[in-house]
Amino acid sequence: MHQPIHELTDAYRRGDLTPTAVAEDYLARIGALDGKVGAYLTVVREQALAAAHESELRWRAGTPRGPLDGAPVALKDVLCTAGVRTTAGSKMLERFVPPYDATTVERLQAAGAVILGKTNMDEFAMGSSTEHSAFHPTRNPWDLARVQGGSSGGSAAAVAGGLAAGSYGSDTGGSIRQPAAFCGVVGMKPTYGRVSRYGLIALASSLDQIGPFAQDVTDTALLLTAVAGYDRRDATSIEAPVPDYAAELSKGVAGLTLGLPDEYFIDGMDPDVERAVRQAIEVLKGLGARIERVSLPTTQHSLAAYYVILPAEASSNLARYDGVKYGLRVAGRDLIEMQSKTRAAGFGAEVKRRIMLGTYALSAGYYDAYYGKAQSVRTLVRREFAAAFARVDLIVAPTTPNVAFKHGEKEDPLSMYLNDVFTIPGNLSGIPGVSVPCGFNAGGLPIGLQVLGRPLDEARVLRAAYAYEQATTWRSRRPDLS
Amino acid sequence: MTTYETVIGLEVHAQLSTRSKMFCGCPTTFGARPNTQTCPVCLGMPGVLPVVNRRAVEFGIRTALAFGCRVNDACRFARKHYYYPDMPKNYQISQYEEPLAENGSLEIDIEGGARAIGIQRLHLEEDVGKLLHEGPLETAQASLVDFNRSGVALMETVSRPELSSPEEAAAYLRAFRTVLIFLGVCDGNMEEGSLRCDANISLRPRGSGTLGTKVEIKNLNSFRNVQRALEFEEQRQALALDAGERIVQETRLWDADRGYTRSMRSKEFAHDYRYFPEPDLVPLQIDRRWVEEIRAALPELPRAWRQRAVAQYGLPPYDAEVLTQSRALVDYYEAALREWGPGPGARSERPKTLSNWIMSELLRVLPGDDERAIGTSPISPGHLVGLLRLIENATISGKIAKDVFQKMFVSGEDARTIVERDGLTQVADEGALVQVIESVMAANPKAIEDYRRGKKEAKGALVGQVMKATRGKANPALVNRLLEDKLSQT
Repeated sequence: MHQPIHELTDAYRRGDLTPTAVAEDYLARIGALDGKVGAYLTVVREQALAAAHESELRWRAGTPRGPLDGAPVALKDVLCTAGVRTTAGSKMLERFVPPYDATTVERLQAAGAVILGKTNMDEFAMGSSTEHSAFHPTRNPWDLARVQGGSSGGSAAAVAGGLAAGSYGSDTGGSIRQPAAFCGVVGMKPTYGRVSRYGLIALASSLDQIGPFAQDVTDTALLLTAVAGYDRRDATSIEAPVPDYAAELSKGVAGLTLGLPDEYFIDGMDPDVERAVRQAIEVLKGLGARIERVSLPTTQHSLAAYYVILPAEASSNLARYDGVKYGLRVAGRDLIEMQSKTRAAGFGAEVKRRIMLGTYALSAGYYDAYYGKAQSVRTLVRREFAAAFARVDLIVAPTTPNVAFKHGEKEDPLSMYLNDVFTIPGNLSGIPGVSVPCGFNAGGLPIGLQVLGRPLDEARVLRAAYAYEQATTWRSRRPDLS
Repeated sequence: MTTYETVIGLEVHAQLSTRSKMFCGCPTTFGARPNTQTCPVCLGMPGVLPVVNRRAVEFGIRTALAFGCRVNDACRFARKHYYYPDMPKNYQISQYEEPLAENGSLEIDIEGGARAIGIQRLHLEEDVGKLLHEGPLETAQASLVDFNRSGVALMETVSRPELSSPEEAAAYLRAFRTVLIFLGVCDGNMEEGSLRCDANISLRPRGSGTLGTKVEIKNLNSFRNVQRALEFEEQRQALALDAGERIVQETRLWDADRGYTRSMRSKEFAHDYRYFPEPDLVPLQIDRRWVEEIRAALPELPRAWRQRAVAQYGLPPYDAEVLTQSRALVDYYEAALREWGPGPGARSERPKTLSNWIMSELLRVLPGDDERAIGTSPISPGHLVGLLRLIENATISGKIAKDVFQKMFVSGEDARTIVERDGLTQVADEGALVQVIESVMAANPKAIEDYRRGKKEAKGALVGQVMKATRGKANPALVNRLLEDKLSQT
């Protein structure tokens, strides 16, 4: 039963499988194996079974709601779910139960998806390994001694470990694409504004974007189609029609020009990663794509700009957690002491570090030198991509410079930050990107190929990823958790 | 002793009368049970997003146009950060570098003529909630927050430092309030906090070209308090300067009960608001056609109406001022005058008679003096004119009319119905009056004797007796004439 969603629904249609049986199987696997992986923070067993039962009735009546009806999915615990606690991986929200659903959650429910639970993450999505979760670490199903990436680590590990058929995460600087690469699954960050952020607990509002994890590109397309599109509750969501991404997958890459950025092959990157990515490009060439070198020189400044903009926005977004209204409250003699104690106890070290960085960057007298400058870099990054996309249809590059690292290996925050060097420019410019498995290193750890496209050109991004996936057999390899 | 020049600038926060809040759909009704008009957005819950209220933007543009401001093609919201428990996100969505509108003015009428006070900027933002302390703030053991007001649309208008006295500041605020009420963008209710004012005040030696150190005064929530606080502060600063002290740049709080300002925080402890563009909202592009539509629909403003009422109707400026306290009052006046017609001659008495009745009778009996009161008046403009016509055509006397007015106010009936039912028509039947006069004369021989000895005022007493005998219904002019005839006989 551990198969892509489009195969599950084919089986539902034929009557070979039922949503209830599949949901039960996933819940049983979570019960048996999630102790090893730690993908979930909350499992909603009863709700999942009820949703599966309803889906089953619809399939039986021949009236399924679409290609996600009865699909067992997991949600990063940063997406608000009405009546189900939503922690953002933080002590601050350990007992927070939202009275509202994120737009994404509403749309998934309307599509008939079966939500299995909420997945682990770095606290408030700050991190690249999920080691910053306030609750427990998550382990990479390919090697339990290693991280599965982050911040959407639980969602990636759940799909890789067969603990969910698909899942959703959020990507602020690579938090979907990087763990997808580390876990050998497909992960997509859509164009900024393509998916409503309403109900997504904000890290950095101008960078955050919700996207899916899936076992293959077809599922990625289905999972994206279900949640994409304008939402009047999110002023930054884009009012543009949503294509049927799955319908356009098989158009191939023949005739497309793929840009290969010089700056994405750097000193110090894992030679196995570089080799796998270059081989993948050969495969695409063989499928009829033309390859052209492009230059994105501002890439080297992206990380610096990102680590000003992100903490600045985060320091603002996280100001609301003060013990007054909801979430953790630590008593104090007066208001100030209550707020200070609450924030001291509720936030972990990385969150505090970024709040301080951001508060500093926005301070009077420093604003222009930091935030202003970072925004200028951002404009340059956006322009560079635009110039490149005037010449090429897509850009292909490694998702990460390295494969999954060991737990505790990157204790220095800066070396952790460097993990996102290839994914951050996509967030700064708002363009869509997908990470698709492109092989394994010598130690058997997955490697990801990143495909980036023009704003709102998800269809073409997915098309290239699909063409590559269909030409290779990487997805047939699965980690063994037993 | 040096003489000083006072320089004042006002920041006025007006709650816009939009039905829903600035960034969510919650209602804005004042006085609802605490925390019943809230949603995840105005409670600042995790993951929720603001959406701009189009109506609030329209109201902002309408006001900006009334003040002759330039409405910017694009404006932007910004986050203003400070920790306060009545502000759920611990930042306020406001506007900073790119406000909705800039550079306008407001004309105020002061002693010696009119002055245009510059308006620097006008921007939109959200209101905060309200703290309720258990007992006095200093000793309260607990505080509760009511978020009903959180997120209500606010418009902040900043004047240039061009007001030169506390009286001018109060005049500015009055004129400002009236314009907002006329525009229908704010109810102007200062007790309910619909209009709030902060003032910046500094002194400089007369004739000096540079501004002195300014002090900001907060918590000025009535015209009287604006004037009192500024008068206090003007004096405090003058005394300090005379004593050779330097004025500290600070924020001071007006204590209305004790009648003084006290320091809240000095510049060194001033907030660093860490403004940055609100990433959850895209910049607002203002469509010029929309602006022109709003401009075309602007109502006549109070000052223009006053000028017209004085020139065209011949109303005294005082009456015009009273009537422009609310748009509804002007509408009432205009409706009544239309109903009555301009009256004979170039200098008809009707406009003034009408304003007299509105000011001295109607406003006296209406509860409060705001927009809502006139709207609920049981005497419609048509009914009031009906009453005034009965005076004009001598059916009833002015004195009787006041009684009829009271009855109309209670019952909502028209004047004619009451006059006819209660038999209040003036007695204009000479035969009947002569009989009354004769009996009054027979009963008052002393008054007649006095009159004939040349004490002409004795006649007044006799007229009074006749009026009393007819329970006020006699036509006074007729009584006078008949009485004089009788007295000159024999």
